[in-house]
Amino acid sequence: MSPEGRAADGELADNIAVMREVDYSIGEKTVFSGLDIEIRRGDVTAIMGPSGTGKTTLLKLITGQVRADAGEVVVDGLHVDRLTTSDLYALRRRMGMLFQNGALLTDLSVFENVAFPIREHTDLPERLIRTVVLTKLEAVGLRGAATLMPQELSGGMARRVALARAIAMDPDILIYDEPFAGLDPISMGMVLRLIRSLNDALEISSIVVTHDVREVSQIADYSYILADGRVVASGTPAELQTHPSAIVHQFMDGLPDGPVRFHYPADDYYEQLLGSEPGR
Amino acid sequence: MSGLFAEILDSTLGSLERLGALTRFFGRLLLMTPVGLLRFRLVIEQVYNAGALSLVIIMTCGLFVGMVLGLQGFDLLQRFGSEESLGTGAALGLLKELGPVVTALLFAGRAGTALASELGLMRATDQIPAMELMAVDPMRRVVLPRFLGGVISMPLLTAVFVVVGIFGVQLVGVQLLGVDQGQFWSQMRGAVEFDDIREGLIKGTVFGIACSLIAVFEGYNAQPTAEGVGRATTRTVVVSSVATLVLDYILTAIFF
Repeated sequence: MSPEGRAADGELADNIAVMREVDYSIGEKTVFSGLDIEIRRGDVTAIMGPSGTGKTTLLKLITGQVRADAGEVVVDGLHVDRLTTSDLYALRRRMGMLFQNGALLTDLSVFENVAFPIREHTDLPERLIRTVVLTKLEAVGLRGAATLMPQELSGGMARRVALARAIAMDPDILIYDEPFAGLDPISMGMVLRLIRSLNDALEISSIVVTHDVREVSQIADYSYILADGRVVASGTPAELQTHPSAIVHQFMDGLPDGPVRFHYPADDYYEQLLGSEPGR
Repeated sequence: MSGLFAEILDSTLGSLERLGALTRFFGRLLLMTPVGLLRFRLVIEQVYNAGALSLVIIMTCGLFVGMVLGLQGFDLLQRFGSEESLGTGAALGLLKELGPVVTALLFAGRAGTALASELGLMRATDQIPAMELMAVDPMRRVVLPRFLGGVISMPLLTAVFVVVGIFGVQLVGVQLLGVDQGQFWSQMRGAVEFDDIREGLIKGTVFGIACSLIAVFEGYNAQPTAEGVGRATTRTVVVSSVATLVLDYILTAIFF
C-alpha cells in the first residue's frame, strides 16, 4: 500500500466512505460541485435524487472507476484518488457491487457466476467453493436455480444472483445501483428484505442508489438527496419527510413539476412552432 | 477548401490516434501473454470458439476454392500442354497465397465478428465493468485468452484450408478432368519445398495476430450501445480485411 493512499486522520473510523468538497465534470457539464457525503459504517445509506443528478457517477467515484477533479474520496480510510491500480483492486476485493441489470456473465451458469470471484481470487478446493456458492445462493433463495443460465432468469432472479455474487467474497461494503429498477412488487420486496437482512447479518455497510423513495425509506438508516450537483438534504427517512425544502418535497411526494422542471429548457414554444427550421 | 483540408487533417489525426491506441493495446497484451499462458484452459476454450467452430466454413470454402483452382489451372496449363503440373501450381498457390489470405478473410468474418460483438456486448451489458469491480482485470481474464485463441487457431485453420483445397484440386483435376494421378502427386512432392510451407504458416500466424488483435481491440473499445457494437463489428471486418491484404503484400515482398 502506497503511504499517500492512506487517509491521515482517525475521525474516519466511524465512516466507511467520506466525500469532501468533491468536484467532478464530464466535458463541459458539471456533475458535482463541492459534494460532501459521509457513509456511516454498518448503516444502510440511501443516495436518492432525480434522474440525471449523478447518482451512478457518485458510485463510480467511490469505487474508483472515475477520479474526482478536486476534493477527497476516502473509502475505508484510503484515498481512492491516490491509489495505484493494484491497491485499488485490493480495495475492490472488499467491495461488492450490484449493477442495475445484474451484469451477470452470460456465458456462465448461475453457479459459475457466483463462483467466479472466488475462483479468480482464491485457490480454494472445488468442494469448498461448492459449499460457499450454495451457501450464498441459499441466502438469496436461489439454491435451486444453480444450474440455470442467466438468460433463463427473470429480472428479479438475475438481481438476486448478482447479489449472491456480490457477497461471495464476504465484502465490507455492498453497493447497489438502482436495485429496484424494473422489478415487480414481489421481487422488489424480496430485494428490499435482502438488502436489510444481509447488511445486518454480515455486519457490513450498504450504499443504495435509487429513486424509489418509498421502498428505500423502509430500510435506510440515513439518506442523502442529490440535486444540481450537490446534497440538498440529508437525514433519516422520517426527517426527510418533514424537510422544508421545495425540491425535497417534490422528490419525496413524486410531484411532476416543481424546482425540477417538467419541461427541458427550450426556446419559446409558439416562436418555435411558427419558425421554419425543423427541430429548432 | 480550408474546410476540406481541416476535415482531412482531423480524419488523419483520428486514424493516427487510433493506431497509437491499437499499438498500446497490443503492447499490453504482449506483456500479459506469459501470465495468460499459465491459464491455458481459458486459451483452449477460445481455440475451440475461434478455431474449431470455424472449421466447417473453412473446410467448405477450402474445398470450393480448390475445385475452382483445379478448373482454372487445368484450363491454363492445358494451353501449354503441361496439365500434369496442376498439382504443383495449385499447391504453391494455396500454400503461399490463397490459403493464408482466404482463411484470414473468412476468420475475420466468422471469428473476428464473433469476438468483437461478444466483447462489445459484454461492455454494453456492464459485464466488463462488473469484472473490474470484482478486482478482476478484464484484459487478462477476457481479452487475452480470446486474442491468444485466435492467434493459435489461424495457422491451424490455414493448414486445414490448404489440405482441403488440395483435395479439391485433386477432385477436379484428377477425378474429373483426367490428369494423371501419379504425375499430379509426384510433381507436387518434387516442387513444393519446406520453405513454401513455412511461408504459408508464417503468413497465417501474422494474419492471425492482426485479425485477432483488431477484433478484440474494436470489441473491447466499442461504445456501449447497440449502434456502437454494430459499428465495432463492421470495423473489425473492414480493417482486418484491409490489414490482411496490406500485410500479405509486405510479407510476399519479404519472402520474394
